Amino acid sequence: MEQTAALTPRPAPGAIEFNQGKIARDMLIRRIGKIGLAFNPIFAYFFLWAPILLLVLFSFNDSRTVATWRGFTLQWYANVFNNVVGTEARFSTNLMLQSFGNSIVVGIVATILATTIGTMVALSLARGNFPGKRLLDGLLFLPVVIPEITQGISLLIFFNVVLDFVNQTFGTTAQLGFGSIIIGHVAFNVSYVAIVVRARLSDMNPKLEEAARDLGANEWRTFWRVTFPLIVPGVIAGSLLAFTLSLDDFVITFFVSGVGTTTLPVFVYGLLKLSVTPEINAISTLILLLSTLLIGTAMLLLGRDAVKL
Amino acid sequence: MTLEMRSAGRPGIYKGEKRRGLALALPAMLWLGLFFILPLLIVLVISFLTRGTRGVQFTTPVTIENYIDILSFPYVDVFWESIGIAALTTVICLIIGYPLAFFIATRKSRIMQNLTLFLVILPFWTNFLVRTYAIKVMLGADGPLNTTLMNLGLIQEPLQLVNTQLAVLLGLTYSYLPFMVLPIYASVERFEFRLVEAANDLGANDLRAFLRVVLPLTLPGVIAGSILVLIPTIGAYITPDILGGTQGLMIGNLITTQFRGTGNWPRGSAASMVMMLLVMLALIGYVMMSARAALTNRRRPVE
Repeated sequence: MEQTAALTPRPAPGAIEFNQGKIARDMLIRRIGKIGLAFNPIFAYFFLWAPILLLVLFSFNDSRTVATWRGFTLQWYANVFNNVVGTEARFSTNLMLQSFGNSIVVGIVATILATTIGTMVALSLARGNFPGKRLLDGLLFLPVVIPEITQGISLLIFFNVVLDFVNQTFGTTAQLGFGSIIIGHVAFNVSYVAIVVRARLSDMNPKLEEAARDLGANEWRTFWRVTFPLIVPGVIAGSLLAFTLSLDDFVITFFVSGVGTTTLPVFVYGLLKLSVTPEINAISTLILLLSTLLIGTAMLLLGRDAVKL
Repeated sequence: MTLEMRSAGRPGIYKGEKRRGLALALPAMLWLGLFFILPLLIVLVISFLTRGTRGVQFTTPVTIENYIDILSFPYVDVFWESIGIAALTTVICLIIGYPLAFFIATRKSRIMQNLTLFLVILPFWTNFLVRTYAIKVMLGADGPLNTTLMNLGLIQEPLQLVNTQLAVLLGLTYSYLPFMVLPIYASVERFEFRLVEAANDLGANDLRAFLRVVLPLTLPGVIAGSILVLIPTIGAYITPDILGGTQGLMIGNLITTQFRGTGNWPRGSAASMVMMLLVMLALIGYVMMSARAALTNRRRPVE
């Protein structure tokens, strides 16, 4: 503190020229800045939260329109679970629950695979040293930055080519389905898991591993007794991220899902692209609740680490 | 004594691990190579092929016709409009996001900082489709926005907001604002606020202090945030699809229509490759700009 004061050169009192115009202008600039800084957060938080909160509110509104509040009702939620969604002829509660089940199955399998492969590659990048390591490092960031739509269509073409070839060669009738969805989800989730776990590994002191080795533990034992317990929060964070991304993914799933393997986002997309009905508001609210529960679990499990994500 | 001896011999122990590092990386390399790189290469190849007839999606001869097609009327307009929308979204996110990040970073207590930050992150964790739908509900003819404006007597008839470019712009800003706020917050949090006092003492007003001290030192966050908004908005598909209708078409919609129904796979592949090139250019620009910003900041005699 004293050091800064000493470093800040102050002009001698006599040297200051009091320019009233400049002072007035500077004060005006300061006032505008203050007003801007006070107003901006109010606007920004309103902008971020009003659409979500109003959507939740209107899912309980006793009116088919979202214009005004007419009282509380659970009618729309009851409709959702009794096969009625406004004018949507294709809607059925069974189909919705089935797609939800599909989402969970895909999410769990993709998460397990992506977490295993992603943690392994993070370990190899953090501790190993082999030719092509830098290339792999760059490659891992690609699925994060390449637009989803590009990944979606490239997987669609890939599976079409491969399935055509396999079906013609072996006379099978393989088609798009759970397999292709899970493959696609793992392809982008590996990168997210690897990035999160790697960040955790670089925070860790490698001397701990050296100490374990010096004390006679072999590599396998060192990993399970020292390294793994220390990176567990990173692995959990990575897997939760992967599960959330898998559960939310629409674009890639949209291209690689087949008949009967619709996931929840693909199902919901079909509904909300066409119309706005209070039942869709209710479904949206349920999905928001699901997301919030997931984040809540993540926060509880990770504590402060969660903010870093 | 024994400990020292073992430590001294350690380089030998690690030789085997260097090879195993590769073994650990193999599953990821195979998965990404087979299900990420190979599909992209197939798209690249198909973008130079011709559309076939009777259900054959692509066939020889090799041609650059698809690229000429994509880069001429009417398709090229979609590219320009998408770039325009993406750039505008980035600027709006910056204008809203910078002061917001500043606000969060300058909260006095740790709890308030975490809370204000959390309130920005939470919407971003919720389902993208649902968030976009929420904007659609807000902008509808009988939605809250139109109703409020009519009740205030500002308009007589509901405005047509859904299925416009404005709606796409609003939806994208809404979805990607957190991407702008987080990196800037990280930069501002590290910023030494006594530097502003020093600038003030030296006679700079707040605007000058901001432009000459605060902005240059938080520039890495601004650049990172801008790229994080720019890249996904160039490739946006859901937002223009749900909020834009036929009025706010973007590259993503153009590509999708080429792969659905009676589309043209080679043309869609070419469009996809051009979009990837745009994203790569943005990334290269980012790497160059952030390297320069880091260099300039290092030259400064502050901190």
